[in-house]
Amino acid sequence: MLSSGISIVFLARWQFAMTTIFHFFFVPFSIGLGFIVAIMELLYVIKKNDVYKQMTIFWGRIFLLSFAVGVVTGLIQEFQFGMNWSVYSRFMGDIFGAPLAIEALAAFFMESTFIGLWIFTWDRFPAWLHCLMIWLVSFGTMLSALWILAANSFMQNPVGYMIDPKTGRANMVSFFDVINNYQLKMEFPHVIFGAWVTAAIVIAGMSAWALLRNKTKFTDFWRKSIKVSLIVGLIASIGVIAAGDLQTRYVSNEQQMKFAAMEGVYKTTGKSAPWSAIAGLDTTNHKTKWSLDVPYALSMLTYHKTTGAVKGMNEVNKTLHAKYDKQFGKSVNYYVPTKTLFWSFRVMAISGGWFALVSIVGLWMNRKSSESILNQRWFLYVLGLTMWLPFAANTAGWLITEFGRNPWVVYGLLTIADAVSPNVSVASLLTSNILYFAVFCCLGLVMIWLAHRELRKGPDDLASLDQAVIDPYAKEAFSK
Amino acid sequence: MSMTQNFWFLIIGLLFSIFFFLEGFDFGVGMSIKGLAKNEAERDSLISSIGPHWDGNEVWLITAGGALFASFPMWYASLFSGFYLILLFVLIALIFRGVSFEFRSRMHTDSGRNIWEWAASIGSFCAPFLLGMLFTAMVKGMPIDKAGDISASFTDYVNWFSIVGGVAVALLCLLHGLNFIRLKTTGELRQRALAYSKPLYWVLYAGEVVFAILVYVYTDFFTDKPLSTLLILVAIVALSVIDHVGTLMDHEKLSFFSTGLTLVGVVVLLFNGLYPRVMIANNPKFSILAADASSSPYTLHIMTIVTLSILPIVLVYFIWSYWVFRKRIQTKGVSHAE
Repeated sequence: MLSSGISIVFLARWQFAMTTIFHFFFVPFSIGLGFIVAIMELLYVIKKNDVYKQMTIFWGRIFLLSFAVGVVTGLIQEFQFGMNWSVYSRFMGDIFGAPLAIEALAAFFMESTFIGLWIFTWDRFPAWLHCLMIWLVSFGTMLSALWILAANSFMQNPVGYMIDPKTGRANMVSFFDVINNYQLKMEFPHVIFGAWVTAAIVIAGMSAWALLRNKTKFTDFWRKSIKVSLIVGLIASIGVIAAGDLQTRYVSNEQQMKFAAMEGVYKTTGKSAPWSAIAGLDTTNHKTKWSLDVPYALSMLTYHKTTGAVKGMNEVNKTLHAKYDKQFGKSVNYYVPTKTLFWSFRVMAISGGWFALVSIVGLWMNRKSSESILNQRWFLYVLGLTMWLPFAANTAGWLITEFGRNPWVVYGLLTIADAVSPNVSVASLLTSNILYFAVFCCLGLVMIWLAHRELRKGPDDLASLDQAVIDPYAKEAFSK
Repeated sequence: MSMTQNFWFLIIGLLFSIFFFLEGFDFGVGMSIKGLAKNEAERDSLISSIGPHWDGNEVWLITAGGALFASFPMWYASLFSGFYLILLFVLIALIFRGVSFEFRSRMHTDSGRNIWEWAASIGSFCAPFLLGMLFTAMVKGMPIDKAGDISASFTDYVNWFSIVGGVAVALLCLLHGLNFIRLKTTGELRQRALAYSKPLYWVLYAGEVVFAILVYVYTDFFTDKPLSTLLILVAIVALSVIDHVGTLMDHEKLSFFSTGLTLVGVVVLLFNGLYPRVMIANNPKFSILAADASSSPYTLHIMTIVTLSILPIVLVYFIWSYWVFRKRIQTKGVSHAE
């Protein structure tokens, strides 16, 4: 019984990790791409230059692919709370269900309706109205992020609730507090900027590969694509770093275990904390074996000044035991997967800086008066390879957020081990894990293959742009 | 049971009704891609006819799921964990169907398109079939324990009643889709949809009679609420007849709306029988009542305000998008995006 209990939790967690990570390859890409495509179409409406229409259609196609995969993998998310985590759903439904339902009502209808209108109305709507459709889609995708993050924020930092003494479940007492969660204010901008960076870097990277293949074909198209995307990329990478800095400082206050693990601090530091750029961590004995330190830097990062101690995991662990042992027992392990958090944080932080750097260099080389972006092939390779990095950075960010919440599913209220559906068998979970894995491999490969093929084909010729858009609703067809 | 709890039970039923009315026809059109359409151009027409709509239609299911979670968490938790494998296969069907339309349009070869046409077709059949099975098994009653958890065996999910329920829902969706095709296409394709649907009505009538008998045998609907159950069953059959007449007289709007309402009738029948329970246990003691399964009055209150303020706006642009695409599809005029 015990062993099967452990397997259920393990399999359910594995499934959540797998489905969420895969889903979140496409979510930020779609949010960002929708936004940048909307900018491209706006440029077309304002400047009336056909190359922007060409850009809107070409990148719009990539957007539609990503959006489709994002939508269907999102279905799994909504269902799996009930399927795999029924105890959690009962405990949290009073609070968690509301943002989820509002997400569907306010955001999903908007996205799906206006994306349908956008695809099929190139010929039928005036340019400005058509452009408005994609802006509404883009707005919908960001609204959707807001509501799902509101739900996630409650799990990280429960506010606006009360435990019902009769049922033992969490009841909402203030909807305003739930959506006014400080955690949400930190998470949302970070995620949105991250999404913009993701799409910007991928557009620039794909354009770079196209220019590497043939720098004379559609040169203006690819260079304009790089320009638009890297302007967004630069602004958003600065935004993502700034929002990340605020969030890190917030975490250092509110979720000390998460923060200490991100920085690999086991022993509480002295008055001015050095920052370990890299370190060897001994997770069994809870010790740092060796580290490459930058003096004062951790205090600087945490408090923006040279002094200020940072609590180590060992001390935080004791505090947590003192706080929660009475209710949850002594056997709960409060150490989070330290190595994962430590290295994920480095991947994410370095990526953020790298995106800003690449954007600046790229914009400079791509300036109007210069041909250097076409001749400096090494940089096109850098740009082309960088396009995979945002996906790693996004995943790293969520690994920190979610693993750093261990052992809780809802911080301080419910442990992961207690949240799983008790009646779902190991066989069922194994089946679903295997099927999802196979489906994701299939979808991922098809998606990459199709995007690659779109890229090789390149945009439609300006002359045939009008035929590039489908409008099966022939005007003369309106008759019985 | 409080008024807001009743209201939310009604909303959940309404959301599922709208879902089946709308997604029902795009399931049916999806099923027809293989079988009804004879060539590439016709398949293009069929997919174009639901192109701008199917995604929005599916959001009604997502909203129903989300609303269920928000308003009746105990219901959501029992239902979703208890019908694990059925829901898993519903998801797989919806996933492949969901990407199929987009992926198909990017294929350069017939065999490439063929793969995604089958994905759309099979997915469009499996999803309503499995959902029909799920809802039928749910009203038949499941082995539910004190905590509200279902631990059921194969025959609790798959039995004559649930299979007939699944087939009935899938068949209704197919007819609904054929009627939509009549509404949205012209010429030969439209005529063929009409011809295909005619014999199906006799299958539908037979199915409805068998289903009614099985409802009598397997559920407590007739002992619990004889009058309303009978009335709804009569309404379902009457709507099928109207639909049939609309088909024989080649009156497509009449056919389309009555198949849609027949699907709604099935949802109403199930929800009417369910009330005031949300899950029916084999041991009546453990049936879950709406009154016990709901969120707190505060959350229900908030959700009511949010829904009443957002839903009207959604309906306005949702209906507007149908109005924009009110015209018929020209089969010849359709060419590939590439």
